[in-house]
Amino acid sequence: MHELKAESPVVLTQPAPTLGRAIVVTSGKGGVGKTTTTANLGTALAQRGAKVALIDADVGLRNLDILLGLENRVRYHLLDVLEERVTLDDALVTDKHSPTLFLLAAAQSREKDEVDMEKMRAVVAELRTKFDYVLIDSPAGIERGFQNAVIGAKEAIVVCTPEVSAVRDVDRVVGLLGSAFRPQLIVNRLRPLLVRKGKMLSVDDVNAILRLPLLGVIADEPEIIVSTNRGEPLALRSEGATANAYRAIAARLAGDDVAAPMVEAKESLFGRLGSFFGGRR
Amino acid sequence: MSARKIVVTSGKGGVGKTTTTANLGATLARRGHRVVLIDADIGLRNLDLVLGLEKRIVFDLVEVIEGRCQLRQALIRDKRFGECLSILPAAQTRNKDAVTPEQFAGVVRQCGEVADFVLVDCPAGIEGGFRNAVAGADEAIIVTTPEVSAIRDADRVVGKLNERRLPMRLIINRIRPEMVRSGDMLSVEDVCEVLSTELLGIVPDDEEIIDTTNRGEPVALDDTSRLRTLYEKIARRLEGEIVPFSNLDQPGFFGRLLGALKAG
Amino acid sequence: MIEFLKRMFGQSGSSSTAKERLRLVLMSDHLSLAPELVEQLKIDLVEVISRYVEVDRTKIEVSFEQQDSALAMLANIPILAVNRPKVEAAAPAAASLPAAHASVAGDDPNAPASAALPRRKRRKKPASKAVTVT
Repeated sequence: MHELKAESPVVLTQPAPTLGRAIVVTSGKGGVGKTTTTANLGTALAQRGAKVALIDADVGLRNLDILLGLENRVRYHLLDVLEERVTLDDALVTDKHSPTLFLLAAAQSREKDEVDMEKMRAVVAELRTKFDYVLIDSPAGIERGFQNAVIGAKEAIVVCTPEVSAVRDVDRVVGLLGSAFRPQLIVNRLRPLLVRKGKMLSVDDVNAILRLPLLGVIADEPEIIVSTNRGEPLALRSEGATANAYRAIAARLAGDDVAAPMVEAKESLFGRLGSFFGGRR
Repeated sequence: MSARKIVVTSGKGGVGKTTTTANLGATLARRGHRVVLIDADIGLRNLDLVLGLEKRIVFDLVEVIEGRCQLRQALIRDKRFGECLSILPAAQTRNKDAVTPEQFAGVVRQCGEVADFVLVDCPAGIEGGFRNAVAGADEAIIVTTPEVSAIRDADRVVGKLNERRLPMRLIINRIRPEMVRSGDMLSVEDVCEVLSTELLGIVPDDEEIIDTTNRGEPVALDDTSRLRTLYEKIARRLEGEIVPFSNLDQPGFFGRLLGALKAG
Repeated sequence: MIEFLKRMFGQSGSSSTAKERLRLVLMSDHLSLAPELVEQLKIDLVEVISRYVEVDRTKIEVSFEQQDSALAMLANIPILAVNRPKVEAAAPAAASLPAAHASVAGDDPNAPASAALPRRKRRKKPASKAVTVT
């Protein structure tokens, strides 16, 4: 696969050659699995030995702490750091399971427009000097919270479910991001059986519209709800299709040569959709 | 008589606000009410897509506010419901700050002059789009799913709506009865207890929704739909009728559903 | 029978974990306090009460509940015995409590609420600061 190496030109223009990669995880539409993806991908990368910092940019509606089961350990948050009440080291929470995984939680009782965007950019830049990966979990929408999440990032992962509304929103977000972020796609919540029955868009359908490098495909499994209930990302498990899929995504992101992601049956459903997406490319 | 102005909101995205707005609106229209649905998600509109009206959009909400067209020119009537159902689409290429809460409330009021029910489909989050969407409403429906993150976000919204003294009721969406039974999903009772909010309806997770959204057809139009009766119950409760809640443990009720879920 | 077993099994399913986690995290959200500080609040609360009476520290439950527009703190603190020698400021109130009743509560921490020492303290807070800030 057309893999982009970590040391891409954007990174090379920075002073230190070993700066980490700052990647925003976004989608436009909410509830497609951005936070789940961030938690699992962060875990999978850390399990490979990388140093990973996760930033929850959803000020006011934070949830990354819950998904990692770290909600009781959060003492300080992003705005405490941006407003210089505490240092980054004070605010970063070490993950329970992966010693090289750290969380910078969002403030829950503050608003997104209280984020100083230049300071946000500086914090991400500082994290890049200390971590191999900085994953920024974007809130839904394309308002201020999205801009906050994007400002320090150099790359983007867009998460999309095989639904018309999600595809439309991702298309819009990719348009807003532009090519500088080299967005890569994760198709989430795929139900292969429904695809086979022709009742759900296939990965090919989705990507015929979005035309992005495909980073991975995650099936819709009830165990994802269980893992959220418990606060234990599935990527921690040593086996299982979902855990393996996240590991494969982590490997592809790291630049390993991994087999192309599973792509489902090709019955096309998107005739109806076609008319909306003609414009952009 | 003045219209009921109801905002459909959730905090978290992707829990089914737009699907709920479309299906509840369609059900109310089918029951003879005049209904206007407003898509408040400026920049990321989807209500048109869910109802299959995307090709008929000429004007949008922002153009009405900016005085570039009349409200009646921007309203798209869904012909499948006679004179009863219209939508006011959001602008797709504008930002949410193109509109102030006061302006938004004005449009809601205007829609109320030609309707019995105005349902406002709120965007995800609690930013400007949320403040706009709740501005003209005098009641709220909170949609949530039985998941920790969705409930936490819904709780934030309950707090925000309490500050505005908006009466609110809860729709629990995408419940999977077999997972509740096996103890791997929060039950309706659990969710109501945690949020301490009155229940308006329960909608199970059903692949039918994905299918109908793909086709742009609300379940209210499909007489064979499994979900149609559930939305009808919600509509009747909104009208003020006391409709008992179905017991999720009754296999008779969910038997077919379970079969469908296993197949999916 | 299978249904019954499933239900029994359900008790230990992940939904009960989810509910407990939600309870704590929402409490923390509502108070705008880190969970750690909520713990500290409980410790301090017990510390104050212990100055006057002897409490069963292993059975203390403190929770917060949204009641209409106000946030209520509910504390369930079983009292083992009245701590007579230490009674100072609150002397009149504490001294008037019959010792016999106190020992009833002490013998059985689950004694009915009719015991003279109220096991459940209710304190309503005004909505202003405790409820989530705009």
